Amino acid sequence: MNMIIPIINVLLALLLAPLLPGIINRTKAIFAGRTGQPLLQLYYDIFRLLRKGAVYSRTTTWIFRAGPIVGLSSAIAAATLVPFGGSRALLAFSGDLFLFAYLFGLGRFFTVIAALDTGSAFEGMGASREAQFSALAEPVLFLGLVAVARETNSLSLSGMLPAMTPETWIKAGPVLTLAAAAILFVFLTENSRIPVDDPNTHLELTMIHEVMVLDHGGPDFAFIQYGAALKLWIFGELLTGILLPLHTGWPPRDEIIAIALMAALAVAVGIIESTMARLRLVRIPQILVGAGTLALLSLLLALR
Amino acid sequence: METLIDSVMVVILLSNLLLLGSSRLAACIRIVATQGIILGILPLLSSEGEITIRVVLLAAWSIALKGMVFPWLLNRAIRDASVRREVEPFVGYTTSLLLGSAALAVSLWAGLRLPLPPAAVHSSLTVPVALFTIMTGLFVICSRRKALNQVLGYLALENGIYIFGVAFVQKAPLLVELGILLDVFVAVFVMGIMIFHINREFDHIDTDQLSTLKE
Amino acid sequence: MITALIILPTIAGLLALIIRPNAPRRALLLVTATAHAGLTAFSWISGASPALSGWLMLDGPGILFLGITSVLFLAASVYAVGYLSHEEKGKRSDFEEGVGFINAPEKVFTGALLFFLATMTLVAASQHFGLLWVAVEATTLASAPLIYFHRHHRSLEATWKYLLICSVGIALALLGNFFLAVAAAAHDGSSTSLVLSDLLRQGPHFNIPWLRAAFLFLLVGYGTKMGLAPMHTWLPDAHSEAPSVVSALLSGALLNCAFLGILRAQQVLGAAGQGAFGRELLLVFGLLSMAVAAVFILSQADYKRMLAYSSVEHMGILSLGIGLGGSGTFGSLLHAVNHSLTKAMLFLVAGNIVTAFRTKQSGEISGMLRVLPVSGGLWLMGFLAITGSPPFGPFLSEFTILKAAADTGNGMAAVIYLSLLALIFIGMMTAALRMTQGLPEGTTGEARRTEGVLSIASPLALGILVLVLGLYVPPPLRDVVREAARVVGG
Repeated sequence: MNMIIPIINVLLALLLAPLLPGIINRTKAIFAGRTGQPLLQLYYDIFRLLRKGAVYSRTTTWIFRAGPIVGLSSAIAAATLVPFGGSRALLAFSGDLFLFAYLFGLGRFFTVIAALDTGSAFEGMGASREAQFSALAEPVLFLGLVAVARETNSLSLSGMLPAMTPETWIKAGPVLTLAAAAILFVFLTENSRIPVDDPNTHLELTMIHEVMVLDHGGPDFAFIQYGAALKLWIFGELLTGILLPLHTGWPPRDEIIAIALMAALAVAVGIIESTMARLRLVRIPQILVGAGTLALLSLLLALR
Repeated sequence: METLIDSVMVVILLSNLLLLGSSRLAACIRIVATQGIILGILPLLSSEGEITIRVVLLAAWSIALKGMVFPWLLNRAIRDASVRREVEPFVGYTTSLLLGSAALAVSLWAGLRLPLPPAAVHSSLTVPVALFTIMTGLFVICSRRKALNQVLGYLALENGIYIFGVAFVQKAPLLVELGILLDVFVAVFVMGIMIFHINREFDHIDTDQLSTLKE
Repeated sequence: MITALIILPTIAGLLALIIRPNAPRRALLLVTATAHAGLTAFSWISGASPALSGWLMLDGPGILFLGITSVLFLAASVYAVGYLSHEEKGKRSDFEEGVGFINAPEKVFTGALLFFLATMTLVAASQHFGLLWVAVEATTLASAPLIYFHRHHRSLEATWKYLLICSVGIALALLGNFFLAVAAAAHDGSSTSLVLSDLLRQGPHFNIPWLRAAFLFLLVGYGTKMGLAPMHTWLPDAHSEAPSVVSALLSGALLNCAFLGILRAQQVLGAAGQGAFGRELLLVFGLLSMAVAAVFILSQADYKRMLAYSSVEHMGILSLGIGLGGSGTFGSLLHAVNHSLTKAMLFLVAGNIVTAFRTKQSGEISGMLRVLPVSGGLWLMGFLAITGSPPFGPFLSEFTILKAAADTGNGMAAVIYLSLLALIFIGMMTAALRMTQGLPEGTTGEARRTEGVLSIASPLALGILVLVLGLYVPPPLRDVVREAARVVGG
């Protein structure tokens, strides 16, 4: 019967994912002294968008329509790979962390070519930036995950995260801190958060992620929003699993703790967004290389 | 205790990487000062056990010198020179970071293969971090234009050598330790004065342009 | 006695910074130099008791180098008094480029000079490697203001290079010290002593890989200070931009002090049975320095830079001598004496030439023998001496080293040594002959063609010494050099 908990985890992810952007926005609003949007705003937005029709430009092809769908489906597939709350994921096998990373790669690839498909200059610009940053972020993610894998002696996400305990932190503190710092930065990059990208900007020249999805509307946009929220949730699972491995052994309690940690992570992201400004574009590759160095360092330390 | 020293070593390691990647002079000065402070605390963590007055005094003196006096001297040199506060290196920041990572890998490899006597400060990271800091110091001296950066590289070099000393040379005589500290202090002092003169003479502290004397 | 030798110049240096009128300060300089020379002579004759529980002791090499330093300092201070009184105050114009500059305050110069003497004495007397390191670094810091006496951009550049390169080198020597401590670590965990006598007693108990690494770092570190190629790059700039008095002391005394550091390391290596390892390295560095110096001397237009490169060459010869071993050690230490005296004399005469002709280019000077008879004669004589011609001192010591090369079967080294000496002879003598002979051309500006007593007294005295040493090595000197050679282990 221990397949029930992984299934429940996936359902929780699908259900609760849109709550995270709500928490982030509410945190930012509190910092700004506003009341802010309702917490369930993203749900309302998605339902509204699903009921709308979509307009497709004549210059686009099937790729444009396929982009959001592939993005969403890759996110859902990745959701089945990540363990949550101390129990294993729905799908687990040795080496699934590579599948995990490349599922997101697939989604990103389709988003980029869908953006290029429109033939618009702005979206091409956003696509090139996104491609550069994710090209730099990918080795960082791998190095960080491999360092954690070395510490927990398993190449499967379900073997790594549930096996971590506070004792692992005491034993391998420096390695895990560095790996977590690197993965935090990948988290911020992949989800287009400040300091890498400003999700609230209205100026196309400063957009990276939003500009790629500028031309999508209706259900496509709903899929994109939902997929982004799901991605946020999944990366959050990864990060909280490494940072705070609190497993008590009783599944319901673990689940509640894990959900609380996700909410706390969302608040933390909100705080980061409120207190920092977005970095100059030339700085972001430098910072990514810096994060890569941290990840390399954690791997070197784990290997000795 | 071992994890604590491990963590301290990792912090020093990170400070070196930061030094390689920083683009602001003031940040570089602060990084080297932090390194100095951490190194001042290091003897107190020594597993030799006895924390005598002498060790405490030396640690306090070292922290005061490296953490407060040097940054003050160097910041004053920047201020009086009123130079552009950017680093302006020969080798770009990303390349520096990548070269730093390569140097780190080499130091870790080399450090773990050296036949070592029992160290006073027990951590398998001590020798690699010492080597890495030395390499960082030398790299900064060679790859940075500004005279101030060269002084910072020299300080990082001294810090790296000091890590080695703290780890392996038990009970160095007080006179020698004080002498070393005094020498480094006077060196930084004299270099600060020279930087002031260089700026007054040339209106910049770009040592790349100090190339009149050839052959 | 030893503490007096160190404390006396230190206090004098502090006083020099306080005294305002010039005449008493110059008198202080002379008095201190004379007192220091007197104390050194006393120590030479009747030995000096160790101080600081054995950390300060004047053994063979120590008293030899201290003697050289003291004599040179006395000669330099006599010259300096004349030099300082003739240096123009206030803004002046640089004759090479016409830029305006001022001199550093005279009290800084005199104070730094006296501190320089104190730190060099400390180097000579140190028996503890840590203290030796502190002293060598202190000499760098004390001599930096001296190089920056004429405050213009060239000397600033030279001072910065000097300061940075030597400090980095000496920092590497510190790492060598730590490696030495690791190598000497007693296995029962008792504290390691870096006092020379304790280390020598350790003998075969050294950890050999660490000892070799220590020697390498000490060689590179102190070799930077000594001017061995390829770490010599600061030397030509510093020695040519500094005032000639300072150059004389730098070339004649400071390089020897750095050499002393390497000698101490070689002593430890010898005690551990690794002497051959050290000698090989010294041989290579020595020949390399000579080769580099030869290349740069052959095309050198600036005569002070030529003298500086000649210092690099002679440091190479010193290193070569030790590297050959046997009687080469004796030859090397004797050569230290000869070279210091000759090079100091040459630099002091160069100071006279600069003042009189207002140019540092050897191509622009001719007819020195007619214009400045004593200086010109000493210049020619000095060049003959420094390139190794009989009947001067350096000939004897260089010949001893050549003989050692032949004795130890190092034919290749002997051949390279001779050919490089020949090349350098050609390069330097052509310049010297061109400068001294012929008719004086019209030179720029107001050339002072007189030779004050103070400006020729010292070079003349040094020149006579060099000549005497070429004909006859007095027994006291020979005994001390022999003892020093025995201590170093040749």
